[in-house]
Amino acid sequence: MKKLITRRALVTSATLGAGGLLTGCDALSRNPAFQDVLGLAEDANFVVQRALGDRMELASEYSRADISPKFRANGTRNPDTIDYNASAAQSFADWQLRLTGLFAKPQSFSMASLQSMPQRTQITRLDCVEGWSAIGEWTGVPIKLLLDLAVLAEKANFLVFHCADRLGGRPYYESIDLLDAYHPQTIIAHRLNGNALPVENGAPLRLRVERQLGYKHAKYVREIEAVATLDNIGAGKGGYWEDVADYEWYAGI
Amino acid sequence: MSQASENRPQKRHRLSTRIWHWVNALCLLVLLMSGLTIFNAHPRLYWGEYGSNNDYAWMAVGSSPTQGYLRFGDTRIDTTGFLGNWQDSEGKTKTWAFPGWATIPSYYSLAEGRRWHFFFAWIFSIGLTLFMVRSFWNRHIQQDLRMKRKDWRPGNIWRSTKKHARLRVQKSATVEGYNVIQKLSYIGVIFILLPVMILTGLAMSPAMDANWPILSDIFGGRQSARSIHFIAAFILVLFFLVHILKVLLSGPIDQVKWMIFGGKRKEPAR
Repeated sequence: MKKLITRRALVTSATLGAGGLLTGCDALSRNPAFQDVLGLAEDANFVVQRALGDRMELASEYSRADISPKFRANGTRNPDTIDYNASAAQSFADWQLRLTGLFAKPQSFSMASLQSMPQRTQITRLDCVEGWSAIGEWTGVPIKLLLDLAVLAEKANFLVFHCADRLGGRPYYESIDLLDAYHPQTIIAHRLNGNALPVENGAPLRLRVERQLGYKHAKYVREIEAVATLDNIGAGKGGYWEDVADYEWYAGI
Repeated sequence: MSQASENRPQKRHRLSTRIWHWVNALCLLVLLMSGLTIFNAHPRLYWGEYGSNNDYAWMAVGSSPTQGYLRFGDTRIDTTGFLGNWQDSEGKTKTWAFPGWATIPSYYSLAEGRRWHFFFAWIFSIGLTLFMVRSFWNRHIQQDLRMKRKDWRPGNIWRSTKKHARLRVQKSATVEGYNVIQKLSYIGVIFILLPVMILTGLAMSPAMDANWPILSDIFGGRQSARSIHFIAAFILVLFFLVHILKVLLSGPIDQVKWMIFGGKRKEPAR
C-alpha cells in the first residue's frame, strides 16, 4: 500500500501547525481589540449571572465540621510597614476604619465600636481565581450597617476598599457595586474561625464578598470610599489585580 | 416511501453536523489549551468541597530545581522536560506544570487564559445546545445514534470490540451506519462528557453556586467538580486521539472531504 502520509510529514506538519497556532494565539492574545472581543464573554457572564440568579441569594454556608484545617493565606502575608507594625504591636486597638467619599456623614469606626455592633457569623467557602478553595468561619459587621450609619449618598455607585498593604509597590485596593455592598453576607470581618483575624489573612479587617473570587476580598482594610465612578481610582479598572494583571472586575466565575 | 426515508438526507453528514463538527473542533482545542493555562495557576487536584496547598491533593504536578514530576496519590512519575520542569523555545528552564506549547497563551497569563476559556465556552455551549436540538429535529440522533436491539447483542458487541482493538477499520466508503462502539462513543461524548464539562465548569463559579448550590453538590463539592472537569477533559483528549487514529486508518482525505462537503450517503441494506 502506498503511504499517503509519511511519519515525517505528519510530525513536521503537526509541529508547524502547532507552532503557527501558538504564535497566532499569542499575537491575538496581546491585541487589545481581540481582547475586547474575548472580553464580551466576561460581560455576558456578569449580565447573565446577575439576570438569571436571585440578586440577593446567599452563598452556601457550611457547618464547623466542613472548615479547612488550615485557611490558606495568599497575596500579602504581612503589610510590614512602620504604621502597620506599630498598630499590630498593640493588637490593632488603635485601628480606625474610615468611611470617606459620597457619604452624608463620613466617619471613622474604631475596632471597639465595630465589635460592639450587630455581628454576622458565616461559614463560607473562598474560591481563589487560581483554582483552590478554603472554608472558614468569618465574623464581622455587615457593610450595610456602616453605609446606613454614614448615610450613603444617592450619587454613590461603588464602594472602594483601600488597604494598608502594597504589592509590587502599589497599594492594594478593591471595589464592589452596591448590589454586593448591601448583600447580607457582605461583611467587614475581624474574626476567622473564632479567633482574631491572623495577620496573614488580613488583620485586623478584611472584606468578605461571598459569590465572588478571592482577589475581591480586600485584606488590611483601613478605608471604605464611596464613589460614583471607578475611573479615578488606581489605574481605573476597579482593583489592584484588575489594574496590574487585567483580571475581571466582576469575579463571579 | 416511509417517513424515515423521506427525512433521510442525501448527504453522508448533515449540514448541522458538519458546521458543529468544525466549530466544536476549534472550541475544544482552545478550551483545552486555555484550560491548561488556568490549571497551571494551581496544578493540584482535590476531592470534596475545599482544597488548597495544605490539603491532600490526589493529583499534583510539581517541580524541584532539577526535576519535574507528576504525582498520583503516592506514586511519583518523573516528567522532566514535559511537566513541571521544561525548556521554552529559547532554552530557558520553566517550572510551570504544562509547557508553553500546550497552553494558550504560550506565556503565563491567568487573566488572558480565562478570557479565551470563557469566550470559547460560550460558543461551545451554544453550539452543543443547537446541535442537540437540531439533531433531534432532523432525526440524526434517532436514525444514526440510537441503539437498536441488534446493537445490544453480546455477539455484536464482541465482534465490534475485537475489530476496534485490532484497528481493523473498514474503508469508510463501504460503511453503512455506525457500529455499536461508535454509537456508544458518540452518545457518551455528546450526552455525557460534553454536558459534564459544562456543568463542572459552572460548578466552579461562586456566583453560580450561590444561586444553584446543586451544581457543585451533584459532583460532591467544588474541588471535586474541578477534578472531574480535568478528568473529563482528558477523556475527551483520549476520544480525540482515537478519533484521529480512526480517520487516518479509514482514508483521511475522503473523511475530511466528507466532513466539509457532506459526501454521499450509502443507502443501508435493509
